[in-house]
Amino acid sequence: MGDPEPVRVLLAKLGFDGHDRGLKVVARMLRDAGCEVVYLGLRQTVESVVVAAEQEDVAVIGISMHNGGHLTLGPKMVQAVANAGLGIPVVIGGIVPAEDVPKLTDAGVAAVLGPGTPVEVAIATVRAAARSARALP
Amino acid sequence: MGADADPQAAGQPRSAPAAGELGVGSTTMSGIPLDPVYGVEELGRPGEYPYTRGPYRSMYRSKLWTMRMFAGFGAAADTNRRFRELLDAGVTGLSTAFDMPTLMGRDSDHPWALGEVGRAGVAIDSVVDMDALFADIDLGRVTTSMTINGPAAAVMAMYIAVADMRGIPRAQLGGTIQNDILKEYQAQKEYIFPPKPSVRLVTDLMRFTSAEMPRWHPVSVSGYHIREAGATAAQELGFTLANGFAYLEASQRAGLAVDAIAPRMSFFFNAHNDFFEEIGKYRAARRIWARWLRERWGAREERSLLMRFHTQTAGASLTAQHAELNIARVAIQALAGVLGGTQSLHTDAYDEALALPTEHAARIALRTQQVVAYETGVARVADPLGGSAYVEWMTDELERQAEAIFAHLQDLGHGSILDGVYAGIDNGYFVGEIADSAYRFEREVAAGDQIIVGVNAFVDADDDAPPILRIDPQTEIRQRDLLEMVRRERSRDRVALALAALDTQARDPLRNLMPAIIDAVHAHATLGEITAVLEDVFGTHIETASA
Repeated sequence: MGDPEPVRVLLAKLGFDGHDRGLKVVARMLRDAGCEVVYLGLRQTVESVVVAAEQEDVAVIGISMHNGGHLTLGPKMVQAVANAGLGIPVVIGGIVPAEDVPKLTDAGVAAVLGPGTPVEVAIATVRAAARSARALP
Repeated sequence: MGADADPQAAGQPRSAPAAGELGVGSTTMSGIPLDPVYGVEELGRPGEYPYTRGPYRSMYRSKLWTMRMFAGFGAAADTNRRFRELLDAGVTGLSTAFDMPTLMGRDSDHPWALGEVGRAGVAIDSVVDMDALFADIDLGRVTTSMTINGPAAAVMAMYIAVADMRGIPRAQLGGTIQNDILKEYQAQKEYIFPPKPSVRLVTDLMRFTSAEMPRWHPVSVSGYHIREAGATAAQELGFTLANGFAYLEASQRAGLAVDAIAPRMSFFFNAHNDFFEEIGKYRAARRIWARWLRERWGAREERSLLMRFHTQTAGASLTAQHAELNIARVAIQALAGVLGGTQSLHTDAYDEALALPTEHAARIALRTQQVVAYETGVARVADPLGGSAYVEWMTDELERQAEAIFAHLQDLGHGSILDGVYAGIDNGYFVGEIADSAYRFEREVAAGDQIIVGVNAFVDADDDAPPILRIDPQTEIRQRDLLEMVRRERSRDRVALALAALDTQARDPLRNLMPAIIDAVHAHATLGEITAVLEDVFGTHIETASA
């Protein structure tokens, strides 16, 4: 079953967090699945992500977090996207305890991909997030 | 009692086991008497060149590995409490985890520090925090490991300054600072300055401790993070030893003789799931180091040839699903480290795929080491797997693969491994190789070719997540208030003078910067201020993003 159109995804890590193993693997897996990946990589800020997301016209923003800062930075990322008037869904991956997932989704994060998430689930989640954003006015 | 048996505690006076340190015995559980080592003559013996079978003759029967548990979270006082709990529970050495802003040499009020203060380790902004971290702990007696790299010189200076304040002679301080910047560009990504000035800071610290702190290990060459980033066992081995050779070359360029520095270098490896591959890796590492030091580096002293290393079980192997299964993984990985002849060991807590460990989980991890040490009997005989056709073959094979990596780096560096490592950082060789391996592994997991119990096979429906450690969100605010107070109460002139002196000296590549950094720390300059001065002179390293 072919994908109707390639989804453009931005991938980044915020702040000092240098754990980029997962993000790089996800980048390649998404490319294998036909997505277009804009890989910003390390040491980004919510502002730099917003600027790049707008310039690159991406459908989904993927943020990887491994330092326990997700409850602070996740909502901040969502807010920055909203403040810029961009309807781009934010997906968070990395070390996020299950009990924090509802807190993030309540704050507007589209989906959370925790440790051990199967590749096909990650890809399907990114596609679903892109579709749901397109469905909005 | 090998005085150097623990890379983190070398140089300590020879002494009987400390109170509470139990022996491992010399008979089996059923009473069969055991020799300290077995094997035909051709196999060689532990404590004999090339040390494949271990650095010491009788290994753990004389002295067990050091049970060194890595800890750090919240503010200094929080980690100090955990340290004292661990000492009470029987750990024989401390190991400090710093939070991400500290690892990057920044203060807790840096804009990027938001959400990260005290989260993945302890927050240290100034000597005041360092003093609180070791409150009621005798720095003259305990050995301390500090896992920090980019700002290692400044953090080392803070530790020295605390000892100065307490009247403890610097020469009495025992421990290790990781100070391995090369693997940061390759794997862990906690670099600040570009590689060459960063290596200068590494060699400044090496020169300083060689002269003033004979019990200190100024670098712990670390394969752990290379492996965690996705490298194979052979890549971990090859890249790590290449980095070790690179530091030798750099310290030689800085005027240190090989026999002055090699005995002070220690190593740090991962213990992953593939049991015999890991054991082969440790055995190959010792043999390669001994051969290269003798044949290539002309080391004359035996102590220079002995590789001593710390081992940590593989954090990346832990699963969030059915987290209790991690206790079994950690036990088997720990056993591999011990059968491979490690000098110290950290066992991961079972909840670390979820968050920093709770005290309960950290306690189980320590107890797991104690089960391996005292219940299994594996510590009674040195290198018990030596002579196994499979283990000897695996050792040879990993050595062969590592040698191929050295040859490539030597080509890249036109004969110099140090220049080859610089070139490999520059051209993306290391990050590319590691990312390829990580990708291959994940594809195999996705295809079911690598089984992870509870994740892609044998998945049970019920999976209750264990309770996790929560860092008080007030920590960040309190830490910033404390930093503000330090800035308010210090002498501004003294700080300004010390930082100006550091700036001047940093511009002279021949000056050892340690004394100036120690002066700045004593004046209560913050970590972020010291980093800013050095960054102004050295510049900032930015990795080209690619995936």
